[in-house]
Order: sequence, then structure tokens, then C-alpha cells
Amino acid sequence: MGEVRRHKRHSEGALHIGASTPRADAYAKVTGAEKFAADYYSSDMVWAGVKRGAAPHGVIKGIFTDEACKAPGVIAVLTHRDIRGSNRQGVVRKDQPVLADKKVRHCGDAVALVLAEDRETLLRALDLIRLDLEALPGVFDVEEALKDGAPLVHEDNAGGNTLLEAHIQTGDGLTAFERCDEVIEGRFETPWQEHAYLETEVGWAQQQNDGKVVIVASTQTPFRDRAEVAEAIGLDLEQVRVIAPYTGGAFGGKDGITVQTLLALAALHSNGRPVKMWWEREESFIAGTKRHPTRLYYRLGAKGDGVLHALAARLYFDTGPYDHLGGVVMTLALEHAGGAYRIPHALLDAWCVYTNNPIGGAFRAFGVTQVTAAMEQMMDMLAARLDMDPLELRLKNALTRGEKTCVGVTLTGSTGLVECLERVERHPLRTERYAWKAAAGPFKRRGVGIAALMHAAGYGTVVPDYANAKIELTPEGKIRIYCGVVDMGQGNASANAQIAGSILNQNMDSMELVLPDTDRTLPSGSASASRCTYTFGNALIGAAEILKNRILQKAADLLMAPSTDDLTLAPGKVVNRATGAQIPLSRLGRLMAESERTAISHFRAPVAKDRLDVTDELRLHGLGHAVISYGAHLAAVEVDEITGAVEVVSYLSATDCGRALNPQIYEQQIHGGICQGLGFALFEDFRVEQGTVKSPDLATYIIPTAPDTPNMESLPVELHEPTGPFGLKGVGEIATNGPAPAVANALADACGIRMFRLPMTPERVLLALRGRETR
Amino acid sequence: MRRTIRFTVNGDPVEVEVQPHWPLLRVLRDELELTGAKMGCGEGECGACTVLVDGKPINSCIYPVLEAEGKQVLTIEGLVSSENELHPIQQAFLDKAGVQCGFCTPGMIMSAKALLDMNPNPTEDEVRHALAGNFCRCTGYVQIVESVRHAAELLLKNAKQTGAGE
Repeated sequence: MGEVRRHKRHSEGALHIGASTPRADAYAKVTGAEKFAADYYSSDMVWAGVKRGAAPHGVIKGIFTDEACKAPGVIAVLTHRDIRGSNRQGVVRKDQPVLADKKVRHCGDAVALVLAEDRETLLRALDLIRLDLEALPGVFDVEEALKDGAPLVHEDNAGGNTLLEAHIQTGDGLTAFERCDEVIEGRFETPWQEHAYLETEVGWAQQQNDGKVVIVASTQTPFRDRAEVAEAIGLDLEQVRVIAPYTGGAFGGKDGITVQTLLALAALHSNGRPVKMWWEREESFIAGTKRHPTRLYYRLGAKGDGVLHALAARLYFDTGPYDHLGGVVMTLALEHAGGAYRIPHALLDAWCVYTNNPIGGAFRAFGVTQVTAAMEQMMDMLAARLDMDPLELRLKNALTRGEKTCVGVTLTGSTGLVECLERVERHPLRTERYAWKAAAGPFKRRGVGIAALMHAAGYGTVVPDYANAKIELTPEGKIRIYCGVVDMGQGNASANAQIAGSILNQNMDSMELVLPDTDRTLPSGSASASRCTYTFGNALIGAAEILKNRILQKAADLLMAPSTDDLTLAPGKVVNRATGAQIPLSRLGRLMAESERTAISHFRAPVAKDRLDVTDELRLHGLGHAVISYGAHLAAVEVDEITGAVEVVSYLSATDCGRALNPQIYEQQIHGGICQGLGFALFEDFRVEQGTVKSPDLATYIIPTAPDTPNMESLPVELHEPTGPFGLKGVGEIATNGPAPAVANALADACGIRMFRLPMTPERVLLALRGRETR
Repeated sequence: MRRTIRFTVNGDPVEVEVQPHWPLLRVLRDELELTGAKMGCGEGECGACTVLVDGKPINSCIYPVLEAEGKQVLTIEGLVSSENELHPIQQAFLDKAGVQCGFCTPGMIMSAKALLDMNPNPTEDEVRHALAGNFCRCTGYVQIVESVRHAAELLLKNAKQTGAGE
């Protein structure tokens, strides 16, 4: 539990920034040795599982557990009555019960918790629990939910079914449309997107003899989890320890509590035995969070020469019955609603709405994916109206450093949208597009579409986005990094080794990583918001520099050098360049006191300085970011006119990442984001009818596989972000935003049809093609 | 009603008491502590549990353990050589960045092994087709496909060297 990760590697050279170094975690993962939260077992282990309400909305009249309790092999059956704490969890608003007490508000609500000797007994016991639910009318549509008389999801919520609403006006707002030569309108619908990480929600917990509950969980947020768990079940903060191994995928779906509180509660009732909970795939689909479905109304006005003049948008986000991170997701979407364009006049309205649908939550790119799908299609519709090239229209309106977005945020950091668009403009997929399109075979149509992207990183104006990095020279002469931010697969732990190794001139074999653990590492925020390497990396640079100076000073003292000027760190040792004398790090590590060979540094990310005319609540939810990545994407698609199938043949992206610390990890992030974006664009149709999930598994919810995925090219545009570690900006999310609009625009280019609803399945494309014929 | 079953795992004979309805994956993970093969769906859809039985890739989450009686099971843990050297496919995934979160990786590598055992020099399309039953949610498959093609090169090179040495 909480082991140190050591690295068996084959390279001898010191690590350096910009090198395509194989990941520190790759060896343990290719050998199957890496221990994920799912891989914790022990002989005396108890299995825990959840009885769910299985109704979208109802009053709990009774929970009958007697039969289950009496079944052989059942250790305990728990309900809300067994919870001593607040029985509420949530990130911003604590509105979600651990175990439902008065009502169930969606099909995945947990009502009872069972502990059993083995999995068969657990399943039998869950079946023996009977619920008496008095059905209530449900609300399943965002706009219906806002009407007077709609069923209320939370009767005590002052705003009815409104979780959060926001209204921003800049410039002259709506009146500016009177001065536009062209006005384009569109209504867009985007669906739920299921994270579909291969490791479903899972964890392991045990209460120690001293009363402390240790939780090993697949989570992005160990420190926040600790506080939530403690409050919800009535423990002191010090009585909870959360350990976060590498996750088997997370993408936002583990940005918050999944199994953690239930596990801790179970551990209080297992007589000290370890407890394991591992959601099945269907359970994960029903109870886990999803990308919020949205309905987006857009109106975009421009002058006759293509200069954008006014934007009006109404954005509706369906958060299901709980906030989770719904308000924050909506607010980030609002900030990005007008894209990276100069739009002097805007009126933006947004609502995040409670319903009895599955829970909306964080999903890679956090609401920006949805609004970009709309805005970037609007840009192409405008280009078509003006008979302008879509890329030229974007270049004409692209923001540059020092300008303001349409919500009034000044772009103070590196701003590379123009450079990204120019990289795409010069690429053969763009320059040779006419010939490629003309070569389409019979019943095939080809098209090329682009999208321009921006994506802000970090928590925004109010919530502090900070990290505390700790680094140690061990008595064995190794460099140990105490990682405060979870690595959910994106490779930030490896980036940490590369950052510290480059400063201390050490190779990967000398680096050790302690993964996030509330007892061993320091609080450094969540693994989310494209912030991991940016924020923790900056803190780590500070800590590594302190340690470097201390090591060199100690070596100077021992070598009786007059100063540290001639001393340099080399792999495994310090060398005096003037005399050739050397001293191994293992010797220094043994001779230095722990306080001397341990360094800590704190970093807090900068925030936007603009005084925006918005509510405090909106600022609290993040409005106004300072560090922003940019991108331009191009999709080349071939449409089958007989089947409606859309094949993405080639995909190109250019991303202003500031600096690619490790090009292969940079590529992984961009490729992976594009792939999830392609799923969102073309395949992933999470279907819910009256609150009931109709696509509960990977046979009915289709994610991209190897044959579905095109070759991708991911060009880094390295403009150097002055506030970033070695110039880096986070790019964990931005690529997810490009595929839906780029593919939709390519489809329009190929066939003249415009898809206002995602995903663009063959059935919908075929219907649109027929509609075109009948017109 | 438990039954005793014998088969070999990574070359070692094992004898396990099982319930007849258990899938092979459960025995590997829960009984034999071989947690390299992962469970991603339990329904044979995602491929994270892929292991080789008598050389053929199977979804061990739905493969009845009784079917394994007397057979040779190879898991990711059995790929490293007795000298602790990575198998060329593992080395290729490490070198060509085929690994992100790593949860699909063991299954992906076992499917790649089954492919390359049958077809030592596959085209890109053949690689993509062979991996169609192994989902990955982190990558865009580009680096995984490159890893498998690189592995083919490494294996062919090794085969030539071995051949030349004979």
C-alpha cells in the first residue's frame, strides 16, 4: 500500500526537457506488475456492493433489509440510518446523499450498502432487499424543468430546478445585431458522453486498529475525497487516509466521490477486515457521471466583410439530480461560448438545470466541447453565407495577445491561435484538398472541415489553484518526488520525473515517485482542468532548485571547495569540474539531515485580472482564466451516400502547447483527446428514456476502436508560455473539442448537410441526405 | 459444488478448486493473484482480460474456467523471459509510447502476440483489425499500432539473428 514506484529503464543519460523519454510508468504497465486500485485483494477481504433505487424519481417509504441480513455470508446491510455524518457529498454544493434517505432522484441513486463474504453472496443479498418507493412524476428535459409547475428534483432549492444561471452582456448586447449585415442562427443538441474508462469505479478500504480508515481508490482527487468522506460519515479529517494509485482511466469521471464514501462506511462495519467495491460496467454506466447533455441556441452576426460583430447564445446544461461539478462546467462553457474570436457585443445566458436523468459531471474539457461544437459550426455556416473560406474567416477574427474574449477576459499569456491556423493552412491535407475531394469513388463524397479551439486551464479566479511539491534526496542517493496530483494515465508523474531529473541532471533510474497519498504527499489540488503539469510542475521546479543548491553546498563543504561555482551534478554524483573530485549522491544522502535533503515548494497559478461585470457566484464557479491553450484541427472525411456512414480518413491538429516537455506524451494527450472527440462526434450515443439508461454496456454504447480511428498528425506549436514550467501550457483537454465541429464541417463540405445533433450516426446522416434531396 | 481443475499458467502447472460457473479471469485474479489481466466489462466486449489459451486470444472474463482443463494459459506475467528481459512486444510498447493509463495494455499486448505469432509482418490494417476487440480509451490507437508494427520489426530482426547463428 502506498509503495514507492522505482523505475527499471534502459537509458543511461540524464533526463532533459524536450526529450521523447519513455514514460516512467511504462515498464510496470507492460509487464502487468502495476497495481491499480482494482488489483488490491487479500484473503480476509469483504465484498461490498450497492442496492440502487432503479427509479428516476420517488419517495422512499420503506427499505426492507431483514431477509438480506439473515442470508448466510452477509456481514452487514446498511442504510442512511447507519450514517453518523451529514450523509451528503458534492464538490461545490453538497446535494447528493451517500445513501438516499427521503427520495431517489435518478435510477442510479444508492439506497443500501451490503457487505458479504464473497461476490455470489453479495449479489444474492442485493436481490433480497426490497424497496417501497412511491413514484413521483419525473422531469427529463432542461427547458421543461424550468417551467412553472415542473416536478421539483430538490424541493428545498431556492431556484426551483435551476442549479445555477448566468447572464453576461458585453458591448451593446442584442442591439448590436441591428448593425450586422449577416446573421446566422442555429440550435444544437449534444448528448451525454460516458467516460467508459476501462477500469470502472473501484476501491479498497480498511479500518486500522487506531480507528483510521485507509482508502485506496481509483480517484482524481484524494485530498478533496478525504474531506468529503470525513464529513459525510462523521469522521475527523485525521481519521481518513486516501491513497491514489495510477488510475485505469478517469477523464473527469473520477473527479469526485464514486466508491470512496461507501467504502469508508463499509470499513466501519467490517470488524477491521478490508473491503473491496468494484462497480460492474452497467452500474458504472447508470450511476457514474457523464458529460452534460446540452441544448444550445446560437445567433452570430457579422459585417459584410466577415468581421464578427455580435453573438447571442442561450446554453442549457442538464446536470441530472446533483450539482457534482455542473455549475463549474457550465461556467467554463460560458467563458468559451464565443471561441477565441474578437466579438465586441455579446449577450450570453446559461442555465444548469436539475433533472431526473443520469448525473452530469466533469468530462475532459468540461463543457467547452459542447459550446465549441456549436460555435465552430456557426463559423462555417457564416463563411458559407459570406462565400468566404472558413479558415480565412477564422484568421480574420482570431484573437491575439492583449485582446479580450467576448466575455471580457484579456488574453495575457501566449496566444497562438493564428499560428495554429497557419500551420493547418500550409499542410498538404489543406493545400491539396480539392484534388483529394475530386478523387472520391462512386456513391462517395469527400469533404474537409476545420475547427479553431481555445481551452483555459486551472480553477479560475476565486478557488486557489495551487500545488505543494516535495522532493527528497534519499540516503540511497535516489531522488524521490512526492507527487501531489494524481496520474490518471496522462503521464504527469513521468513528467515530474523528467522535470526534476533535468534540473538535478539525473537519469530515470535515479528517480522514485511516491504517488498521491494524503498521509505522505502534500495537497496539490485535483487531477483536472489541464492543470496537472502546469501547476505541480511549477511547484516542483522550485523544490528541485532548492534541493540542487543544498546538494551542491553540502558537496562543496565536504570537498572543501571555496564555493559551489565549480560543482556540477552528474548522474549519481556531484563533480568538481576544477579538480575532478567526485562525491556520490548516496554519500551525500547519508550525510545530510532529513530536513536538509528534503525540499518543499509552493506554487499558486495566476488568475485573470479583469474586473468582469458578473456575479460573485459566477466568479466562484471559475469565470476568468489566465492560462489558455489554442488549437486548429482539420478533418478529412468520406461519406457513403448509400449507408450514411462517415469515415474520418485523415486528421490533423496543431496545438499551442507552450512547450512539449516530452513529445511522445504530448502526442498521447492530443491523439487521445481527438479519439474521444471522434467518439462524441460519430458514435457515442448514450440513450436515456424517461430517466432510464437504454445503452447500459459497451455493446450498445459504441466507443472508437482501432479500425474506426484514422491516422492523426499532432503538430506542436511551441510559443513558450512565460508563466509555465519550461514554457508549458496544459493540453490534456483541448483536443477533445475539435473533432465534433471539424467532422460536422467536413460533412457539410462533402454533402451540403448540416448536423445540429450529435452524434452524427449513419441513420441521422442518411436522413439528412434524404432531406437534402427532397428540398 | 466445487471442482478441482488442472492447467498450466505461464508454463507452471496449477491445481485450483473452482466453482464451475467461474470464468477463467476470476481464477487468475482472485485465486492465483495474477492481476495483470484486467476486468473492464465482464461481458467479453472490451478485451482488457485477453489471455492466450493454447496460443489463441480469448476474453478470459467470459471463458469458463472448466474449459481450461489441461490447457496452456499465457498471461502478461508470462511474457518476461527467465532472464527478466522484456518480450519484444513489451519493449516496443515502452519505446513507441503505446502505454497511457495501462489498463488495456496487458490485453492489448496479448492480442498483439497472438497476431504476430500467426502473421509476423502484418500491414497496418491487419494490426488494426487484430486489435479491434481490445478497447483503449486513452490513446487514439496511433501509438499502439506503431508499437505493434515496431514489435514485428524487432521480432523479425531477432529471428534473423537466431537464424544466422544456427
